[in-house]
Amino acid sequence: MAPPVDQAPILTAENIGCRLDNGWIWRELDVNLAAGDRAVLTGRSGTGKSLLLRTLCGLDCPDEGRVHHRGHPVLDQDRPRFRARVMYVQQKPVLIPGTVQENLELPLRFDINAGRITGDGTAAALLSRLGKSVEFLGQRASVLSGGEGQIVGLVRALLLEPEVLLLDEPTAHLDAEATECVEKVVLEWVDAGDRAVLWTSHDQAQVRRVRRGPTIDLGSAS
Amino acid sequence: MNAYIDVSWPSLLIAASLLIANLVLSAVLRLGMGRRLLVAGTRMVVQLVLLGLVLEWVFDSANGPAVLVLGLLMGVVAGVTAVRRTSIRFPAAYLDSVVVIVTTAFLVTGVSVLGILRPTPLWDPQYVIPLLGMLLGNALTGISLGLDRFLTGVLRDRTRVEGFLALGATRWEAARDEVREALRVGLIPTVNSMLVMGIVSLPGMMTGQILAGAAPGDAVRYQIMIVFMIAATVSTATFGVTMLAYGRIFTSDHRLRSAGALGIELD
Repeated sequence: MAPPVDQAPILTAENIGCRLDNGWIWRELDVNLAAGDRAVLTGRSGTGKSLLLRTLCGLDCPDEGRVHHRGHPVLDQDRPRFRARVMYVQQKPVLIPGTVQENLELPLRFDINAGRITGDGTAAALLSRLGKSVEFLGQRASVLSGGEGQIVGLVRALLLEPEVLLLDEPTAHLDAEATECVEKVVLEWVDAGDRAVLWTSHDQAQVRRVRRGPTIDLGSAS
Repeated sequence: MNAYIDVSWPSLLIAASLLIANLVLSAVLRLGMGRRLLVAGTRMVVQLVLLGLVLEWVFDSANGPAVLVLGLLMGVVAGVTAVRRTSIRFPAAYLDSVVVIVTTAFLVTGVSVLGILRPTPLWDPQYVIPLLGMLLGNALTGISLGLDRFLTGVLRDRTRVEGFLALGATRWEAARDEVREALRVGLIPTVNSMLVMGIVSLPGMMTGQILAGAAPGDAVRYQIMIVFMIAATVSTATFGVTMLAYGRIFTSDHRLRSAGALGIELD
């Protein structure tokens, strides 16, 4: 597979650090995501992996350093647009009361995503690749398992065609077969455009399968 | 024109004995409401007696500054109490609540005094103080219900709010449902009381006027005026305090502040 032509970084963070009351969770951290990167984020529980993903998408503000999008700092008022481009998928994605279909359409309520279409069969196609039939669209969100919730979260993000996906242990609640499908879909998605993914995982085998590009290791909890 | 029958202090013991019967019942059955009823009952008597003294002094002296000071004092107490009744609160909410409740209650009282009642002098405590008191009392309930609903909704359910933000929502888009809910909940007592007013409940103020000898028709018009004023004050105050809280919990770069940064202790 040929590396993408455009190697200009999509998302960079230099020397960022975050602290809680009793000291730095992590600091002097560099993140560099270029088109085609399949970066992985590792580290034990409590080392601040989710905090780093949240900081990269601007849900948290770093105490040191800044995050840049295509070489530019992100202005306050552009934050929603930025988050729609650099999309953080929570480990337990937020589900609203209603059907899976309604949950996939949730982002359309927000001005920044206005005009995006989810009803053209793309959702169904994505879901079928993840082992879900069309009937899944009509299922109530309240009865979904943790793994199904993760699939909804991932598909919802993919439909918005972001530039970067920040995935917080996206297969934590999935069986081996579904995990393989998710990896395949995401990795192919990265290669289909000017895109990158940052993948958090506890599973060393998954890290080896996914990784192509930088590794960020937050080490063991201090 | 004493068209009403005086209630003497000793005769109040008859009313109190009815409550005491309940206290005894509670003690015998160990229902645990005796203590709270006793504390609330005692507080009510002490507060009202003090208020009576203050009001008599203000009414007698009938000077503008005294009315203003009393009104402000009532407003500060109402604003602080509104926040203290919420289950989650942050320090800055006290100031917000006091500023909003004083501003709205004074404005609405001002409109009715200048536009409708026109007493002489305009700050005549006989009109200004009872009006203000009713507006503050109702606004207090609206603010505490609305603020509690908003803070609980946003902070206890922050995964949902942040999930919306992560999908590209602006802070307003992420908070709008919670603001709407806060207003709905804050207005429930006001709306409910308007719906049944005159059918299930005879409003306290109207009852008081009638007992004091006013013609029912006059009392009804007073009551309609005050209910409109209350509804306007409660909606404005609840909305104002909720929006100020919104401005404090969300940052200009569309983040939800952490509870720690707001000075809130969540269990």
